[in-house]
Amino acid sequence: MAIFKDRHYFRVNLEKKTDESLWMKCKSCGELVFKRRVRENNNICPHCGEYFFLTAQERIESLIDKGSFTDISKPIVASDPLLFQDTKPYPQRIEEAQEKTALASAIIIGSVTIVGIPVVMGVMDFRFIGGSMGAVMGEQICHGMEEAIRRRQPFILVSSSGGARIQEGLFSLLQMAKTAAVRGRLAEEHLPFISIMTYPTTGGVQASIASLGDIIIAEKGAMIGFAGRRVIQNTIAEELPSNYQTDAFALEHGFIDRVVNREDLREELGKVLGFFVEAQ
Amino acid sequence: MSDERTLDLLEAKIKELRELDKTDGINLSTEIARLEKKLEALREELYANLSDWERVKIARHPKRPYSLDYIREVFTDFYELHGDRLAGDDRALLVGLARLDDRPVVLLAQQKGRSTQENKERYFGMTRPQGYRKARRAMSLAERFSFPVISLIDTPGAYPGLESEELNIGGAIAENLLAMANLRVPTIAVVIGEGGSGGALAIGVADRVLMLENAIYSVISPEGAATILWKEKERMKEATAALKLTAPRLLDLKVVDEVIPEPLGGAHKDSHKTASSLKESLLRHLAEVSDIPLKKLLAARYQRYRSLGRYSTLNDQ
Ligand SMILES: [Zn+2]
Repeated sequence: MAIFKDRHYFRVNLEKKTDESLWMKCKSCGELVFKRRVRENNNICPHCGEYFFLTAQERIESLIDKGSFTDISKPIVASDPLLFQDTKPYPQRIEEAQEKTALASAIIIGSVTIVGIPVVMGVMDFRFIGGSMGAVMGEQICHGMEEAIRRRQPFILVSSSGGARIQEGLFSLLQMAKTAAVRGRLAEEHLPFISIMTYPTTGGVQASIASLGDIIIAEKGAMIGFAGRRVIQNTIAEELPSNYQTDAFALEHGFIDRVVNREDLREELGKVLGFFVEAQ
Repeated sequence: MSDERTLDLLEAKIKELRELDKTDGINLSTEIARLEKKLEALREELYANLSDWERVKIARHPKRPYSLDYIREVFTDFYELHGDRLAGDDRALLVGLARLDDRPVVLLAQQKGRSTQENKERYFGMTRPQGYRKARRAMSLAERFSFPVISLIDTPGAYPGLESEELNIGGAIAENLLAMANLRVPTIAVVIGEGGSGGALAIGVADRVLMLENAIYSVISPEGAATILWKEKERMKEATAALKLTAPRLLDLKVVDEVIPEPLGGAHKDSHKTASSLKESLLRHLAEVSDIPLKKLLAARYQRYRSLGRYSTLNDQ
């Protein structure tokens, strides 16, 4: 049975804005800032430069050519194969996340153009149960890659995820293998896959699809790694450096190709894509 | 399993009576037979309906046979290969050539330690990036010479630590997943003890995925899930039940292909018997997958992983 009842969450419409409040307080510098200015500034504080969180919709808007977005996500929602219940039943958790985010799942797949280049893009939303990867996210990522193959277009994945969705048990873990397998097809088809890691790209997502990009770009301020600080300290009580799992750490140790400022990502993508395909 | 003590006492008693029967020439055979029957009944009762948490304890039992125990009994001529040619030689994941009956295979085997010293060397069975990259190297070797790959999975998880992160353990796991999905030889993975999350999956993508009866395989440890979801580590029994991580439950969910039976009470009660069941199963599956033309085998493996996962489909208008 579908957990997801309200069909109105499905198919994202970027034009529809819901947030009506005018001002927000920057958590970094404490300044009261005009929300519209923050939005227009890629959710960066106009005062101190702090990066605020981007929802999947905001992320898409910040990266694509205006008006070029079509939601091509598969019409699927989570089921509850384990009948999982922790402090609340899993279906309730999903419904709450859907209400909070107005999204069907933790990822949107879109057909867009970036600096005139048509691509298929997947964008995760951390607000939806920590952007965790369950069967729906795994399937959407594979669907996105298959659409890219069908359209002969590059695939871009913007990760923002704490890892696997615990509530779907082994099914979640196996999405790592599933997405890796389909990624192999994209390679056979000689279509570029650009992986963008943002805050955070950790656990099962970092240990699978996000690390398999032909080119891996981290947004400045990203957190990248496998085991979180707390896990390490609980398991082996090891001292960790202050730059642990930062973008700089990932670059220094060779996991990623580049670190890019948020406001430059769109142009950077255009530049990279230009090596592989021509703008229309 | 506090009742296990009763079993042990009863076993000791029977042994004592046997000695008396032999040395003192008193005929105790009826008494011995009576106690043995009682012992058997007690065993059945105790082990027939193991709770999921009890299976977790058996999977982690300090006397449980580890990879090297099975390698000795199931395979011949194990020829270990060391090192990832880059950063080191992980002792928690062993690779090498071996023969299964007469057929050469490449083995990838996660190995826990028994003594404190051995556990230190083997990082309590937690695989490091050096191990995953060594496995990757062995996979390439297998592909080059058309050796089937057999993985024996037994790890609490990938080793979490600064050094692991510096060597990009997540990236190493990801590369293995990609490699195994496309590996051009037959592959079989068996979870023999603990299948700890990505640390296990990194050698576990295969044409056949098997589990020993009391092995576990999970996205997260029961303790980890209890800490994250219930905010109380002590609620690991509930977490265990919720995660459906035991072999019989995963067989029901159709994510593993076969459960290999263990003796009553677990593999450690009779490791020879367990090893021979494992061997029988490996031979049978290897024969099956070897019979399938490579192209078909790869297509089936792709389909297996492509179709993995359950979700609900909406009517899209
Ligand atoms: Zn600020």
